[in-house]
This record gives sequence, structure tokens and C-alpha cells, in this order.
Amino acid sequence: MLVFVVRRLGTMVLTMVVVSILLFLVLEINVEGVAVKVLGPYSSEEQRNLWLDRNGYFDPLHERYVRWLGNALVGDFGDSVRFRVPVSQVLWPRLGNTGILALATMMVVIPLSLGLGVLAGMREGSKLDRSISITSIVTTSVPEFASAVLISAVFVFWLGILPGTSSMTDGFSIVQLILPVMVLVLYDFGYVTRMTRASMAEVMTTHYIRTAVLKGLPYKTVIVRHALRNALIAPFTVIMLQINWLLSGVIVVEFFFAYKGFGALLLEASLNQDIFLIEACAMVAVFVAVGTQMLADVGYTYLNPRIRFA
Amino acid sequence: MTDQALDTPRREPAILRALKSIALMRESVVGMIGFALVLFWVLVAIFADFLAPYLPNAQDVTMIYAAPGSVASNGGTYLLGADDLGRDILSRIIHGARRVLTYAPLATFCAYLVGVPMGLAAGYRRGWIDDVLSFIANIILSFPVLVLYVIVISTFGASAVNIVIAVTFASAPGIFRIVRGLTLDLRTREYVFAAETRGESPWYIMLVEILPNARGPLIVDVCLRVGYVIITIGVLGFLGLGLPPPDPDWGGMINETRSMAMIFPWMAVFPCIAISSLVLGFNLLADGLREVSLRD
Repeated sequence: MLVFVVRRLGTMVLTMVVVSILLFLVLEINVEGVAVKVLGPYSSEEQRNLWLDRNGYFDPLHERYVRWLGNALVGDFGDSVRFRVPVSQVLWPRLGNTGILALATMMVVIPLSLGLGVLAGMREGSKLDRSISITSIVTTSVPEFASAVLISAVFVFWLGILPGTSSMTDGFSIVQLILPVMVLVLYDFGYVTRMTRASMAEVMTTHYIRTAVLKGLPYKTVIVRHALRNALIAPFTVIMLQINWLLSGVIVVEFFFAYKGFGALLLEASLNQDIFLIEACAMVAVFVAVGTQMLADVGYTYLNPRIRFA
Repeated sequence: MTDQALDTPRREPAILRALKSIALMRESVVGMIGFALVLFWVLVAIFADFLAPYLPNAQDVTMIYAAPGSVASNGGTYLLGADDLGRDILSRIIHGARRVLTYAPLATFCAYLVGVPMGLAAGYRRGWIDDVLSFIANIILSFPVLVLYVIVISTFGASAVNIVIAVTFASAPGIFRIVRGLTLDLRTREYVFAAETRGESPWYIMLVEILPNARGPLIVDVCLRVGYVIITIGVLGFLGLGLPPPDPDWGGMINETRSMAMIFPWMAVFPCIAISSLVLGFNLLADGLREVSLRD
């Protein structure tokens, strides 16, 4: 087990290193471009050269990369061009806001999709199963921006009971969290439901379930004691990987509802070519994605009784 | 008559076989609904010039923010209303269908063009090719997709070509993984050994012996992927990183009218319904195809 975890950690670090190299190359290989992005298009040639020289941009590329990586590791990504403060000062609060959003979404998605998935998979092919499956296809087919528009049209325009923006300017408010969470849940739960359903349906066809039924156990006991345990291993992985998916989702939702989160920050940074902020956001996003993937792998091997390490 | 002709049994023409598989789909109600939705939008896209009552970019100042069903001074009806520049929303949706159904399949096709040969090579040849390609694919797949799109497109600029390239870059690893998995399974079949014994070249074996036998799961994947690419193009348009205006693009239409959507909801609602129904069509079609393919 330990060897496995260490090896997965190694892959994770290697992935992060490769990603950081690619990111650095894409954004910083053109030194002149960096200066224009930082100092603005109206800066003079001398200003740019002075700035580049002072910040060591005339050093060889690999030296610059190592220095950049070293600073990034201790959390120093440089100053945001747009906000005029160190990147970390902008980044962490935003990340916290997105954490709240993601946590609230997960708290709805996990019980909802596991429940529906188990119900559907318990009796494969039944009416309930078909309607749950179709519902999950329909909800995953509606892009987030579309469901955001449609949901706001109903709750904000038509019924007028919920606020259409979630900028939280007057402090934290749960009411403003409802619509963004609703949109994220709608888009996310379908996939987890289908995976849970598939896993449950597979377990229901195994011999040990047949044995349990044939020896006369009540149906409820068969489901709760025998089926669920085995059926919920696969969805665990899916839910962990869903965090990667959520990172994409929050960009759209935060943009639409003007929520001050990480996704909106990344988009804003990209649209303004706020180069150091883009680098920081991208590294954080990849770190979260790769980290949850590793947790999913390790958790899966830990939970699955069929995989045992000596 | 050559030996070759004796080896291969007579096959029906491709068109006949395609029609037969569509007929098979009849058994799946869900699949038929999906097929009908996709067919509807394809026909709309093809006949856009005849169907659209107005030119997609034609502006009528008197019709700005016109509600659905408004009648213009010259007698024309704006069935779905008009937007902030007085352009007919119905016509823009109809022409938008053409744009979406051009770029989404094109981008998917490019992704397949890259992903399939790599997957075949990795699965058939194994060894270092497999290791290197799998490693690259894993790295690209570890990126949250939209983060990748936003960074790439905002750095290199929003244009049709860049969107196709970005979609290819982000989708090819997924296709690579599927094709590689299928190839790993198929490479041990007898007909592959037979072809190897005949001394066929590796690319002949990969493309003629293995690829056609992997088509089932791949066709399902194409449907799902086109649907997903439509969402991606829509999202990019919505974020202001999509196909350049003024030509209509569903995501872009929603972005342009978003701020006014709380007062004039039809401007954003109808493009939303359009894109959702098209994606739903592809997803249901994929589901139906999967169901039918599992049956036989």
C-alpha cells in the first residue's frame, strides 16, 4: 500500500512539474510580451527593458523557470497586474468562496445522486429506472449557462423570489447561494447518478446477491447489508473526479451570478491577460485536479476488497 | 478471380448497412427521439437560407427588444422577438444552428484524426510509444477542461481556427484512451494474427483490421463528444471567448443579451432552448445506439 501511495505521489509531482513547464513556456517564453502585459501597451521600449532587466528576464530560460518555480512553491507568484497587490492576497479569499460553493453543491449532489442511482440500479429496466436515467440524461444535456438562464428566468424574472446575482456585497448570504448551487447540482448530479446506477445494477447481478435473496433474507437487508457496500465503491471515485469537473463548472456559474470566486477570478485574469494571476490560478486548479485524482485512486484501492497489497 | 476475393465474403453496400442500423434504432424510443432532434437541427442548418424570415444580422431600429410575436411596420412577424439591436431572434437561431453544426463536427473530426492513430499505435505497438503517449494524455486530461480552454484561447485569441485547435487538443487524449483500450482488446484476435501471418504492414492491420471492428463504441462516443463540443463552443461563446461576432452563435447570443435577460428574457431563453435540445438530441441518440448495440 505504502509503495503504491508513494508511486502515485511521484506521478502527481511529475505531472505538476510538466504542467508548470508548459504553462511557463506558453505564457513567458516571449519576454517582450510579458513586459507589454505587465506595463501595458503604451509603455516605452526603455521602460520595458528596464523592467525586464530589473526582474531578471534576460537570464536564460531554464534559470528563470527554476526561480519562478521556487517562488511559486512558497506561494509567491508575483504581483497581480490588475489588482496591484500580491497574487496570493487575491487568490486565497476567492478560493475560499469557491470552496463554500463547491461544498454546498457536493452536500446536495452526493445524497441526491447516490439515492437516485441506487433506486434506479436496484431494479434495472423498471419504470423508475428508466425515468431516473432519462432525467439524468436531460439534465446533463442542458449546458450550465443555459440552465442558469432558464432557472433565473423562472425564479428571478417570473416568480421574483430569489436574487439574480450572488456578489455578496453586503456580507455572506445563504439566499444568494441558492441559484448557483442549483445550477451546479443540475449539471453534475446526472453523471454521478448514472455511474451509481451502473455500479448498483452490476452488483445486483452477482452471485452473492442471488444467494442472499434465495436464502430468504428480506429485500431490505439484501440491499442495505450486501449490495450497498459493494455498489458504492465506484461512485466514490466518480465523486472525487467530479471535483475536477466542478472546477470547470464554477467558471460559468460564478461568471453568470457575479459570484466572487476562483472561477470568476481565473476568467477575469485570462480576459485581462493578468499573466501572474493566470499562472497562479492554473497551478492551483491543476493541483486540486491532480490531488483529487490521486485521492480517488488511493481511496479506491483502500476501499475495494478485491485489491490488496502485501 | 483472385485469392483475395475468395477470402472476403460479399458485403452489402455501405449505404444499405447504414440504413439498416438506423432501422434497428426503431426499437429504441429514446434513440429515435434523439435522432429526430438531431435530424431537425441538421435540416434547419442546411435550409437556413429558406427558413429564416430575416437575414441574421439585419437590424430594425423600430423592433429593438420587441416581444415574441410582435409585428413589424412592414408586416413581418418577429416570432421569437428581437434583440437589443432589433435583429430577429428566430433567424439568428436558425443561422446559429448552421454555425454550431459546422464547427462542432469539424472540431470533433479533427480530434478523432489526432486521437485515433495515436490510440491505435499505442494499443497495437505497446512499448515506449504507449508509455509516452499515455503519459502525455494523462497530463492533458488532468487539466480541468474549461481552465485549459480559457487559458489557451485567451492567450492565442478567439477565432474559429483556434477554437477547433483547442478542442482537438483537449479532446484527442480522451479519444486516444478509448481507442487504445479497444485496440488492446482486439489485437489478440485471430484475424489480426492472420493478417500478421500474411505479412501485412502494421498500419494496414491497425486501420483495416482493428479500427473497423472497434467502430461500435466509437460511434457512441462520437455522438456524445459532438454534444459535448457543442456545449464547449456554447460555453466559450457565453464567456466571450467564442466565435467572433456579428454572425450568430448560440453561446454568444446568450452572452450579448445576458445583462438584459432579466427584463427581456426571450433574448436569452430561446437560444438556451435551442442549444439544450440539440445536445439532448446527441445524448439520447448515443444512449439509443448503446442500447441497440448491447442488444445484439
